[in-house]
Amino acid sequence: MTTTQGSGAVSPTAPMEGEILIDARGVSKRFASYHRRATSLKERMVRREQSEGDVFWALRDVDLQVRRGETVGLTGPNGSGKSTLLKVLSGILRPNDGTVEVRGRVASLLELGAGFDGELTGRENVYLNSALLGVPREETDRLFEAIVDFSELGPFIDYPVKHYSSGMYVRLGFAVAVHVDPDILIVDEVLAVGDAAFQRKCLARIEDFQRQGKTILFVSHAAGQIESLCTRAVLLDHGRVLFDGPPRQTIKRLNKLLGVDGVATIDGELARIIDFAVVDPSTGAPLEEFVVGARATVSCQVEVLRQPSAKAKFSLHVNAPGQPDAVAHVTPRFHTVPAAELPVGTHALSWQIEEWPDMPGDFSLGLGIFVDDTLMAAARIDGLRISGGSVRCIPGEVRLDDGEAVRETAPENLT
Amino acid sequence: MGVTRPSGTQSRLRTELIGQLIRKDLKVKYQGSTLGFLWSLANPLLILVVYTFVFAVVFKSAVPYFGLFLMSGMLIWNFFTMGVSGATTSILANAGLVKKVPFAHESLPLASIGFAGVQVALQYIVLVVALFVVGMPPLRPELLLIIPALIVVLAATIGLGLFTAASTVRLRDTQHLVEVALFAWMWMTPIIYPATLVHTQVNNHVIEWLYYLNPMAGPVIAMQRALYGVVRYPDNQAARDSGQVGQLLLPSADNLYYVQALGMSAITAAIFLAAGIWLFRRRSADFAEEL
Repeated sequence: MTTTQGSGAVSPTAPMEGEILIDARGVSKRFASYHRRATSLKERMVRREQSEGDVFWALRDVDLQVRRGETVGLTGPNGSGKSTLLKVLSGILRPNDGTVEVRGRVASLLELGAGFDGELTGRENVYLNSALLGVPREETDRLFEAIVDFSELGPFIDYPVKHYSSGMYVRLGFAVAVHVDPDILIVDEVLAVGDAAFQRKCLARIEDFQRQGKTILFVSHAAGQIESLCTRAVLLDHGRVLFDGPPRQTIKRLNKLLGVDGVATIDGELARIIDFAVVDPSTGAPLEEFVVGARATVSCQVEVLRQPSAKAKFSLHVNAPGQPDAVAHVTPRFHTVPAAELPVGTHALSWQIEEWPDMPGDFSLGLGIFVDDTLMAAARIDGLRISGGSVRCIPGEVRLDDGEAVRETAPENLT
Repeated sequence: MGVTRPSGTQSRLRTELIGQLIRKDLKVKYQGSTLGFLWSLANPLLILVVYTFVFAVVFKSAVPYFGLFLMSGMLIWNFFTMGVSGATTSILANAGLVKKVPFAHESLPLASIGFAGVQVALQYIVLVVALFVVGMPPLRPELLLIIPALIVVLAATIGLGLFTAASTVRLRDTQHLVEVALFAWMWMTPIIYPATLVHTQVNNHVIEWLYYLNPMAGPVIAMQRALYGVVRYPDNQAARDSGQVGQLLLPSADNLYYVQALGMSAITAAIFLAAGIWLFRRRSADFAEEL
């Protein structure tokens, strides 16, 4: 490496002061639409000029600086330019405008099995791949065992990779990329392919990397991953950087952009929900932060189109992402469902929440209106984050082998 | 941009990559065939047998051991033509790699040329064995001509290969044009006929030397001088019939003549090399996008 660490005082725990390893300034990238590109001599003769109207800007005036030791997450809706940016930063695509400077050895994993040849065995591909990454042969010899171990391919390493499953592909690809000791690791959204155990292993390896002060740039849609791994996250949309800052704020903006933080409603034939919001009980302003123990008011306007045959029942519940069953119901008393006659017309309903329960995390708030156990209308607010709270205690005890209970120590000895 | 390393390490790494790519091509080519690389020997053996039959038996050529004369020039031509056509499609054939992995793109055409080199080296084994069998002593001072001949051929092959490789990415017609051009080019090169025939036909010194601006003409006659080595028609029936006994078969008995011919070819080869490197450098950053 020709570049050196800026000063001896730079601490690895203060990445903001680290040396800039990736420096992209004013980067723009445009693509001509495919059918308009002349690829034969005849076409070139016939159509000398491409009309400017056929270009598509995949990146527009992107600035991105990544310092040594940072882990930067890149996120954004599909087609926002994330992969193009990774390709420009790893030197595969040349920007039409702007400059890109990258210092250090880069290992990029942009696509499943990129750089693999199906006819070759896993072993041969490891050597080909590390040669592509610029690793001398003797170094690959030295790393080979570790790579195979990490990939968990075992005897399959001597099979042609065309017989591999996509999980095996990504395991081998990732194993090579992380073992060649890059200064900068660039990973597109390929990790999602592996099974949970392998993903955990990859994440553990990425954490190792972070401890070694390496620089990581990765694309992910997984909010949890970005928040737990990244020191910073960048939100791209339509080729522009919309936001660059703390992961949590980036995710918030992403959710807003994707419209998943808003209100989703399902209207039935009998009724529809016009408005659904959580507001501050004292000011009436929409609430964005929910703190354990705080009060809130949930308000709703429902328009009834036809007189229901029975009393309508209201259900307000909290759901965890990806789980069908509610984790909590908002009720005046346990196990009772509020019900009321709902004549045709518009009605305003509101719930007073006395205190958010001590369960920090990301949830959604759902509202259902039922008549005779049939759903009349429903609405959902996503991206509801309950923060604060404490670690809960579960009653239990630790015992040593001989059956003696392990006693607690005085609190001052704990640290 | 990218990795900054001492240039020595850089070029060694590129050599390793080229080595890996050649190994890959060889492996893929012979995958599943029991005879493996022996197939590479089939082509020169066939040339030897078929051409000997056609020219020595059917046409009764006055050139002794016509098959060996032919192979002396043909094998170096094989290297050129295989190298150039392999390089021409090398970027297209590895589109997946170019689009997803950052690396020095010139490794691809260079590996195709190296692959051609390995194949042709195997073919030369056939020629050397055949030369021994007919009792032509292969160890003569003219063998030294092989070194400059190979340098010129390498420069021409790499230069043209880089040029066509870069050009094919944008203009797919190039690959078809190259095929046709190589075929015509072979007949413009004194491989199947002795160069002397050209000189006796034109009988003009300027044109004789311009003929060697063909970057393959110089190397081909040099290889013929070095390996085949029969400078004059011997006293055989066919030569007597055509009154050629004792006349020049190869263009000159003087080794300097071949060095000069190589010099002429080297001029064009150097231009090819410069043009190839220039175009490839200019285009390679856009390959990923244009594939």
